[in-house]
Order: sequence, then structure tokens, then C-alpha cells
Amino acid sequence: MSDQNNANILEVFGLTKKFGEFTAVDNISFSVEKGEIFAFLGPNGAGKSTTIKMLTTLLLPTRGTMRINGYNPVKEQDNARKSFGIVFQDPSLDDELTVYENLEFHGILYKVSKDLRRKRMEELLKLVDLWERKDHLVKTFSGGMKRRLEIARGLLHHPKIFFLDEPTIGLDPQTRNQMWSYILDLNKKEGITIFFTTHYMEEAERIAQRIAIIDHGKIIAQGTSSSLEKQTKTNSLEEAFLSLTGREIREEEATASDHMRLRKAMFGGRKR
Amino acid sequence: MQAIYILWLRQIKRYLRSRSRIVGSLGQPALFLVALGFGFGPIFQKAGGGNYIDFLSPGVIAQGILFTAIFSGIELIWDRQFGFLKETLVAPVSRFEIMIGRTLGGATISTMQGIIVLILTLLLGFRPSLIYIPLAIFIMFLTALLFTSLGTAIASMLEDFQGFQLIMNFLVMPLFFLSGSLFPLSAAPEFLKIISAADPLSYCVDGLRFALIGVSHFGIITDLGVMGILTFIILVFGAYMFSKIQI
Ligand SMILES: Nc1ncnc2c1ncn2[C@@H]1O[C@H](COP(=O)(O)OP(=O)(O)OP(=O)(O)O)[C@@H](O)[C@H]1O
Ligand SMILES: [Mg+2]
Repeated sequence: MSDQNNANILEVFGLTKKFGEFTAVDNISFSVEKGEIFAFLGPNGAGKSTTIKMLTTLLLPTRGTMRINGYNPVKEQDNARKSFGIVFQDPSLDDELTVYENLEFHGILYKVSKDLRRKRMEELLKLVDLWERKDHLVKTFSGGMKRRLEIARGLLHHPKIFFLDEPTIGLDPQTRNQMWSYILDLNKKEGITIFFTTHYMEEAERIAQRIAIIDHGKIIAQGTSSSLEKQTKTNSLEEAFLSLTGREIREEEATASDHMRLRKAMFGGRKR
Repeated sequence: MQAIYILWLRQIKRYLRSRSRIVGSLGQPALFLVALGFGFGPIFQKAGGGNYIDFLSPGVIAQGILFTAIFSGIELIWDRQFGFLKETLVAPVSRFEIMIGRTLGGATISTMQGIIVLILTLLLGFRPSLIYIPLAIFIMFLTALLFTSLGTAIASMLEDFQGFQLIMNFLVMPLFFLSGSLFPLSAAPEFLKIISAADPLSYCVDGLRFALIGVSHFGIITDLGVMGILTFIILVFGAYMFSKIQI
């Protein structure tokens, strides 16, 4: 792209993803500056995770262009992958390995040198309070403990940009606070860009420098927390969010598309 | 290189930790050896076929490898469902390396399983010639590589376990039963010979038989040639299918 802005680590233009007839992400465009902390908010099923999957080379877009750290995640997958780290919304640990082995595996795949790896592993495991359990098999852990390990693992290498898809889901407030202060520190000291999603509005309000709100696959508003409040004449991000996305619960769509997925699975269809 | 190693190591660790799987997958070979080996042995001998345990053992070893290999390839579906696959797919490592690491891991496990079955056959009275054991192990590894890649290629196209039964019944079982593991191809009717010649496992079994008891139907050069070429083709195909995975 000739109009590539070098200050932007993420540039998305006209991005669209269809699953069959259903449009999960509908012609969205946005950009994120280097070093920025950017929150991507939206109701369940809005298309947040789908967008992240496309940016992180897991899913091919139906249309549109993306640049991550200057690379096209569709055509320059290897370079794109070198640019980011990710904490997934869904579980992604190997249950049959120990805590330590899961981290070691990650560190080696991401070519973190041995000394640095060992140092960070200790630091991060202490941060999420799993150091004493480092030799336990992951399958013996509670949901929250697994989540903490996923976060520790995600932070083991230091990329240009972190994608954190609902990182704090299922975490107690203590861990949540410690995690955010660690991440903010990384952002400040190493200039790592943070792209995160959350359903905790006060978290987004407190942490994010800029926010995009997505609903039904479309970006409906962008700006700072206060500009969104001003725009909607409300007093908090939560109110602004509700005023922008409406008050009804997104169950209908979620169940409709869940049914569709179930049906596809039952008849042996596959999403590719 | 490091990435291939760690992916390989993961497979090995998971295998060594699942004792029940190791023991469980010995049940079938043991059953074949005892029921068929001892059951059919006398008739086989009377018909002039020689010692049936000697004849059957290479086939049962190949069967052990086939099942373990296809299964460790198919295990990819597990990784997908439990989410771990995502972790490897976003890593800054080419998908080719990931596929190779996994496949080598699966092939190593399957070879180990084959060696365990070999030991089992020795306990049950199998008396192979020992000089060609290295060749036998090489053939076992090639067999393992071939079918782990096949399992991986198939698993790359599947989302869940819906198709698993189909694969067992319409791929793995026919591969085994039509391979001449249980009966001598030389005495088989013409149509069966043709079918068996199209079954890759036939060449594995035949090669193993050559190495272990000095008997061969196709000839060892043909066996190795067919296995080598097929392994290469399926590995490339598997790597291609793997590179197309979306989550
Ligand atoms: N593989 C798929 N096949 C079919 N539909 C899908 C698939 N993946 C996602 N969808 C649908 O796309 C829509 C967007 O899903 P997505 O996971 O991106 O939502 P989200 O914004 O991350 O929601 P949440 O807050 O619940 O995590 C949903 O309606 C979902 O059902
Ligand atoms: Mg999501």
C-alpha cells in the first residue's frame, strides 16, 4: 500500500468476513498507532474475535485489506506472525503438559533465548501466582488458573503488538489488576502496542487510550472514552456503550448462529 | 530446527504419559497373534505354508504401526478441538515445520509401538533372523511416517470427530485386511492380488517380511521404492492440507 502510514502498526480497510450467507464482520476500517492502547468493544457475537483471527492469520478474510507492522497477514504470514503475540479468548493450552512445559514450548517456538526465557518464566509465573505449581499438569487446574497461565504464556515473548481477546475473563480482581499493571509497564517501557477486547467497561475506560465499538459486524463509533461519552451525552463509557449498541440482549442472534453451526456440524459440514 | 524438535518432543511426552494408550494398543496385536496365530497355525502348516506365527508376526507389527500412526495423525483434531492448535498456528514458524515436527513425533511413537509389538511377538514364539533388524526398523519407521502423514492430511480436512468412524471402517480396516498381513498374497486369487497391490500397507508388510523372515512377494527394492515415493507424496500433500487450515 502506498498510502501506508508508518506511525500505524495496524491498518484495516474494508475488512469483511462471511460465514456462508452470514456476515460476521462487515466492511470495517480502522487503524492503530504504534504504542497505542486500543480497545475493541462490542456485544456478544459482534465480530471482535473474528476480526482478531483474520489479523492473526488464523482466518482468511472474504474481502478487504489488512496491514500488521507493515505486513499483509494473508500473503506475508510468516512476517506478520513475527510481529504479534496473542492471548486467545478460548482455551489453547496443552492439558497433558505441565505449566513449565507449556511455557517452554511457547518460548522455543517464539525463539526466546534460553536465559531470557527462564528469567521471564519465573517472573511471569510469580506474577500470576503459579510458580509453586510449575511442575503440575495443566489438566489438574481450575479454569481461572488456566487463564492465568495463558496470560503468562502470552507475555513470554515481547512482540510489536499484543492481541488480548478478553484476557481478564474469569480472573479475580487481584490478578486482573496485576496483569494490567504488568502490561501497561510493557507498553510504556518497550512501546508494545496493545489491542484488547473486554466486556468490563470500567476496564476499557481506565486502560484504553482509544476505543472502537463494533456491533453486528460494523464499527459504529470510534474515539476516546470521553469523546464517546460526549457524542452520546452520557456520563460513563458503560452508558455510552449501551446508548450506542442498544439495550436488548444479543441472545437471538447468538442462538440462531449457534444453531446454524450445530446443524453444520451435525451434517458433517465444515467451516474452512 | 528447534521448533521441529519441540513439536516432536511434545508428541513423545504425551505418548509416554498415556500408559493406558500404550498398553491398550497392544490388545489388538495380541489378539491377532493368539487367536489367528495359534488358531490357524496348524491348518496353515498342514497346507504347506510353514510356521504361521512367523508369517503373521510382520503383519501384526505393521498393523500396530498403522493404527498408532493414523491415530497420532488424526490427533490433530483433538488439538483443534481443545484449542492448542491455535497456539502453534500463530507462532512465527512455518506451517511446514509444524507439520514436519508433529509428523516426525507421531512416526517415532508409532515406530516405538511397532518395536513393542515386535517384542510381544518374540514372547509368543516368533523367531526372526536378527541380522536384518536394522532394516526392519527402518521399514517400520518408513511405514510410520507414511501413515502419520496420511492421518495428518485427513485430519487437516476435518473439523471434528464426526468422520472418525468412517475413517476407521473405510480406510484403516481395509488397509489392514487387504494388505496380505494375514494371508499369503502368492496364493490369493487374482482380483485380490490386484486389490492388495494397490494397498500401500502391502509393501510395508512385504518389506518387513523380507527383513524378518527372508520372504518377499514384491521384492524388497519394489517395497522400498513404493514406500519411499508414497511417503514423499503424502507428506507433501499433508503439508499442503495443513497449511490451508483455518480456525
Ligand atoms: N466459524 C464460524 N462459522 C460460522 N459462524 C461463525 C464462526 N465464527 C464466528 N461465527 C459467528 O460470527 C459472529 C461473530 O463472532 P465473534 O466470535 O467474532 O464474536 P465476538 O464479538 O468475539 O463475541 P464475544 O463477545 O461473544 O466473544 C457470531 O455470530 C458467530 O456466531
Ligand atoms: Mg470473542
